[in-house]
Amino acid sequence: MTPKSERKKYKVIGTRPIRHDGADKVTGRAVYGADLRLAGIVHGKILRSPHAHAKVKSIDTSAAEKHPGVLAVVTRADMPNLKNKIADLGEGSVNLAHLGANVLAHDKVLYKGHAVAALAAVNPHVAEEALKLIKVDYEVLPSVTWVMDAMQDDAPLLHNDVFTKSMGKRASKPSNVPTHIHFEKGNIEEGFQAADVIVEREFKTASVHQGYIEPHVSTALWNQDGHVTVWTSTQGAFTARAQTAELLQIPVSQVTVVPCEIGGGFGGKIAVYLEPVAALLSRKCGRPVKMVMTREDVFEGTGPTPGSFMRVKLGATKDGKLVAGEAWLAYDAGAFPGGVIGPGAMCVFSCYELPHAKVDGYDVLDNKPKTQAYRAPGATQAAFACETVIDELAEKLKIDPLEFRLKNAAKEGTRRVDGPVYPRVGLVETLEAAKNSPHWKSKLEGKHRGRGIASGYWFNIGLKSSVAANVNNDGTVSLIEGSTDIGGTRTSIAMQFAETLGITAEAVHPRVGDTDSVGYTDVTGGSRTTFATGLAAHEVALDIQRQMRERAAILWECEASQVQVEDGAYCHKDKKLTFAELAGQLGHTGGPVVGRATVSPEGASNGFGTHLVDVEVDPDTAKVTILRYTAIQDAGRAIHPSYVEGQMQGGAVQGIGWALNEEYVYSDQGRMENASYLDYRMPTALDVPAIETIIVEVPNPAHPYGVRGVGETPIVAPPAAIANAIYAATGVRMTELPMSPPRLWAAMSTGKKS
Amino acid sequence: MVRKTHVATTINGEPVEFLCEARQSLLEVLRETLGLTGSKEGCNNGNCGACTVLLDGQPVDSCLVLAVEVEGAQITTIEGLSKDSRLHPIQQCFLEDAALQCGICTPGFIMSAKALLDRDPNPSEHAIRFQLAGNLCRCTGYDKIIRAVQDSAKRMAGQNK
Amino acid sequence: MVYIPSQWRDLTGAVDRLELPGRNLREISRALEARFPGIAERLVEGDAIAAGLAASIDGAIASRGMYSPVGPTSEVHFLPAIGGG
Ligand code: FES
Ligand code: FES
Repeated sequence: MTPKSERKKYKVIGTRPIRHDGADKVTGRAVYGADLRLAGIVHGKILRSPHAHAKVKSIDTSAAEKHPGVLAVVTRADMPNLKNKIADLGEGSVNLAHLGANVLAHDKVLYKGHAVAALAAVNPHVAEEALKLIKVDYEVLPSVTWVMDAMQDDAPLLHNDVFTKSMGKRASKPSNVPTHIHFEKGNIEEGFQAADVIVEREFKTASVHQGYIEPHVSTALWNQDGHVTVWTSTQGAFTARAQTAELLQIPVSQVTVVPCEIGGGFGGKIAVYLEPVAALLSRKCGRPVKMVMTREDVFEGTGPTPGSFMRVKLGATKDGKLVAGEAWLAYDAGAFPGGVIGPGAMCVFSCYELPHAKVDGYDVLDNKPKTQAYRAPGATQAAFACETVIDELAEKLKIDPLEFRLKNAAKEGTRRVDGPVYPRVGLVETLEAAKNSPHWKSKLEGKHRGRGIASGYWFNIGLKSSVAANVNNDGTVSLIEGSTDIGGTRTSIAMQFAETLGITAEAVHPRVGDTDSVGYTDVTGGSRTTFATGLAAHEVALDIQRQMRERAAILWECEASQVQVEDGAYCHKDKKLTFAELAGQLGHTGGPVVGRATVSPEGASNGFGTHLVDVEVDPDTAKVTILRYTAIQDAGRAIHPSYVEGQMQGGAVQGIGWALNEEYVYSDQGRMENASYLDYRMPTALDVPAIETIIVEVPNPAHPYGVRGVGETPIVAPPAAIANAIYAATGVRMTELPMSPPRLWAAMSTGKKS
Repeated sequence: MVRKTHVATTINGEPVEFLCEARQSLLEVLRETLGLTGSKEGCNNGNCGACTVLLDGQPVDSCLVLAVEVEGAQITTIEGLSKDSRLHPIQQCFLEDAALQCGICTPGFIMSAKALLDRDPNPSEHAIRFQLAGNLCRCTGYDKIIRAVQDSAKRMAGQNK
Repeated sequence: MVYIPSQWRDLTGAVDRLELPGRNLREISRALEARFPGIAERLVEGDAIAAGLAASIDGAIASRGMYSPVGPTSEVHFLPAIGGG
């Protein structure tokens, strides 16, 4: 933990001001994507495939076009031909042909819910009626929705132009495996020979959805002058602009993306779905077109996270030192290449010091929606496997599972299995905090109860951010940033700016700019916003401070270098002006002061967490009740502790849902059978207890305030921690997610004790 | 053209009249016809609670109520909660306790919490969790929402003394 | 020190790491290609690091593509690119 003295040197950081957009959000005034109202607006709807895999032989839209109230209809024929063009979208690159074919299917539909055609009408009801008039002639093909089936040689092939790539090396035969990743460290055979105890297990996880409460929504206006404006719910306005422009094959300068307030994303609101379609419809009918997905559309047509099959083998010596680890991971990517196997493979052993290791990872195509990132993409599945095996290994060695983790924890200087060496990181500190926590020290009594522990890791990325600021003459500053605010980042960014400049958080008025009013900024994702955009805000504050010293120097007829800044006030000899006083004099010392900064920080900031959970398992129904839950995480530095805790609590509860309930249930025909909140069943307030939090602060050496980013790590540990607790309660090792009552009951009744 | 029905009702204390089609939900009319977009749509089938309003004091999912049904009713929406430029204590506590992240679920939670506290000014944590189980939040893990409702109860009790 | 990903060792004859001259990734990739023809085709696309790959220099993901500076004692790894949620 941070020593008290260090904490005291901050005035704003570490406090809990009310968020700047708060009043708008509790009064219903904040404008989310669906709340947008424009004159002449019309409503678009999408026709989706009823089949998991089929050739689209023909589409007849003539009847729909004639339907009263219908203003425009579009199909693949209205999309530019995109061939196999790769576009750089800032956060990674994308094959445009695939992105385009996901937005509106080309010659094949690849999953149930795949968009086939779209139309715009005077109201959503008429649009829905008219969809039924579009006739699509399908030739149904065999489908596959389980990752291991899709890897078989005789599996239905989704694309005949996808070839396995292994670090850039391309295979010669088309396959459902677009990517194979392989890492090796040390000598795996030697490693396992040195082990006294070896545990090897296989794991399966089902696809789950990000589950944001706000469905995807976009409105587009293709103006008569050719300019396209898109109002949308997105994690990244610039990424949405790049994708929209590329798919429509128009210059980015012809597209403005206005990010509306966003009702949750978790990785699922980065890829575009509706934006280009709404734009095409608007071009045809000359009016703004609003498209809102139904909840069913969201489940069936947007990104779940991969289902997976994993094998993990770990070996340790008698005295509890890990010596070797091997992992084999297959994650499904859904209908198009580019799942999250990369980070999955890089993360599987990221919590441990392993001298010898080997990891194989496969990205696998199957007839599901194209998977998208979901909070620490790829890490949760891998941690479920690794952390369960770690627990079993500790048990076999008769070592306390927390001590076993401490003994082998990755730390500064540990070489990761994928190569790089960790700088200062805080896993050990989270484990020590766990050990000292009231939860760990408490006794868990009662039948059918058990306690579990697991650790988790996410990289936390850097990427590009821009911030600009204008000083007002009353001493406040308006701050314009490019990061969309999903969870209070306006405030965490403004607080860093205020700290650096020596003003209050309330004196900063943060705003999220559209793509024409702020510099390029990558998505709000990767736990990067408070870290990278916060870094940019800090640099803007320094820029403004430099200019304010120059202004003070004009007033005092001295050199700018002679002006000192103390506690936010500007001083020279016995003269002193507060920031606000000086701001009031800008008009006659040279005019407005405007600051700006762009950053592109290198380096992951490495977020580690450790979670503790107590469960009770009903012996008759196998329902798992969470009795107590504690999330511990190294935040580097908690800018606004309430929102850091909120991220930890929210991630933990998403992880609880993933562990116990949530899954895409598929029929034999490859159709999702539970595409509603009622049947998908995310956790409610009644399903979870209070989530206790312990914030550990091991400052990130690559950030002026030590920020590491916090959003993603908290989802990683829960499934493993709960599986370990279930084992402690029942003696049954669960190797499949979700650990829903039917599955756990089956395992308990076959008496599968290990 | 579908025939429309005339409905007279009271929303946030003000008499309101509107025309609607039989198939339109109260949520759709609030948002699209009357411009009261504070009530949110997360599922349109009664599973998420984002559209919660008070209908004659009772919390309802407005996506499940037909607009034609509200003839003569008293409706309170999130827009009607703050009085005289002051936030309602529940709204204030949601802010102070950081009980929202993305905020899309917030209006629904606040309305459900209001219905609960109007009926039971001093609910147990379990009663709060039970009452709010019809509202989904994907961001917060509920913890801070529960604290905010507990703090609201205390603050409202203080004000009523 | 440049680390060779295991999946490129078919080209490097099992060499898993080596010292190479170069002040930035472009020079490193040229030196790699000169020693082990075929690597550039996997690593480079046009003027950029190939889609789906990233370079880590001294533990940090390089943000300036082929222009990313490499010091005389730097450690360079080639990895799958990652994003986030
Ligand atoms: S929108 Fe009414 S309950 Fe979800
Ligand atoms: S705050 Fe985002 S759903 Fe509740």
